[in-house]
Amino acid sequence: MEKHVVVIGGGTAGSVAAGHLAREGFRVSLIEKDGQTGGKINNWFQLFPDRRKGSEVIDFLQKELAHPLIEVTTGENIKGIRNSKNSFTVTTDKRELKEAEAVLVATGFDLFDATRKEEYGYGIYENVITSTDLEKMFYASDIRTTEGQVPKRVGIVHCVGSRDEKVGNFHCSKVCCVTAVKQAIEIKEHLPDTEVICFYMDMRMFGPYYEELYRESQEKWGVNYIRGKVSETSENIDGRLVIKAEDTLAGKPIRMEVDMLVLMIGMENARSGLALKDYMDIKSGLNGFFKSTDNHYGTNLSNIKGLFYAGACTAPMNITDTIAHARSAAVEISQYLNNN
Amino acid sequence: MKAFGFAPIKGRVIDYDKNDRLIYSYVSDREPSYALCIACGGCAATCSAANFTRFSLRKLNILVRRGENDEVRTEIDRCMLCGKCTLVCPRGVNTRNVVFLIREAFEKYDNYAV
Repeated sequence: MEKHVVVIGGGTAGSVAAGHLAREGFRVSLIEKDGQTGGKINNWFQLFPDRRKGSEVIDFLQKELAHPLIEVTTGENIKGIRNSKNSFTVTTDKRELKEAEAVLVATGFDLFDATRKEEYGYGIYENVITSTDLEKMFYASDIRTTEGQVPKRVGIVHCVGSRDEKVGNFHCSKVCCVTAVKQAIEIKEHLPDTEVICFYMDMRMFGPYYEELYRESQEKWGVNYIRGKVSETSENIDGRLVIKAEDTLAGKPIRMEVDMLVLMIGMENARSGLALKDYMDIKSGLNGFFKSTDNHYGTNLSNIKGLFYAGACTAPMNITDTIAHARSAAVEISQYLNNN
Repeated sequence: MKAFGFAPIKGRVIDYDKNDRLIYSYVSDREPSYALCIACGGCAATCSAANFTRFSLRKLNILVRRGENDEVRTEIDRCMLCGKCTLVCPRGVNTRNVVFLIREAFEKYDNYAV
């Protein structure tokens, strides 16, 4: 009988790890709370840095899951985990999975709720939207204000819910800067006459070809960048949004009207993941994400023997790094199971 | 009338909607590398003129971009065109040509309120 691993979460991390474990000969039960696997990529029309379709990565993840040793269930929620002598019993709202030798937590992240930064006006002014709302417009190939107009000027606000102790988040969500650059280019492609202005604290182009994308946005598309955090959004008598910021490089305050304001919402540890703390004594770090045993060579290991982490439940991560992290989780689990 | 020591204070806020970015478009149309400036300040750090005057190409570039032209008009003349800034720019902006073009734009639009 093959050794059995329960994977919690069917996004990028869970799907990739499940695929690798199955090909190693382990039996995998993957539990996904949503109605479909693929996680957050389902909401993303195109991906940075090469603008490939999100659906291509979804296809890749589905191929990972198409293995006879993997059993996938969707729409299923964890109701309990018990650990007795390194054998796990995972209870869900549908059934009980007994005698799993290992559990992989791949519960991912939640997007920051933009209404918590009330000063930006999300949920108050209709033309203040989030990065995910904008992706929906890209899917429909139709970027308009709620009044049905083509926006003449779009503002993009970086670090919404990230690097902001006022909402309890010290951490950088890493991917929002390059998302802003990507989305700015996409807006310019759809609407060449629209002015796009990004308000940033730092431009953190950490990945391969990200800096190149940033250059392209300036050189080819004329995207404008203003270093300064937007302080507040209001509406003028014409119903146009008015934003204020400090232009830190000019050393002066700046104000302008925009037709649409896009908030780059950051990442927080998923509530569904944090709920596992009700059943297992697992730890979060200062950033709220699950704390691994070592920041360099133990990033997949939890404080509980047999329980492992993969992906953005441990830190904000892009897809590339999530896939690598999930593969490394599969190696850790495989070694653990072969030696126990 | 004798001043009583009170005068209207000119606002410091950059009004992006009212400002005219004619100088910026004149320069960036002719020197597309201008768009690549990230205001790192490498140009200002190596600048010969900056050793002796307040001249800062880093700051002037931002002001031109925002349409704050009044502060640039006279200040841009402090540059001695030595070209060291162009040698150090990490984004490959032809900064020396930018200074030329800013001066040219101001001459061209001299009677125009920019």
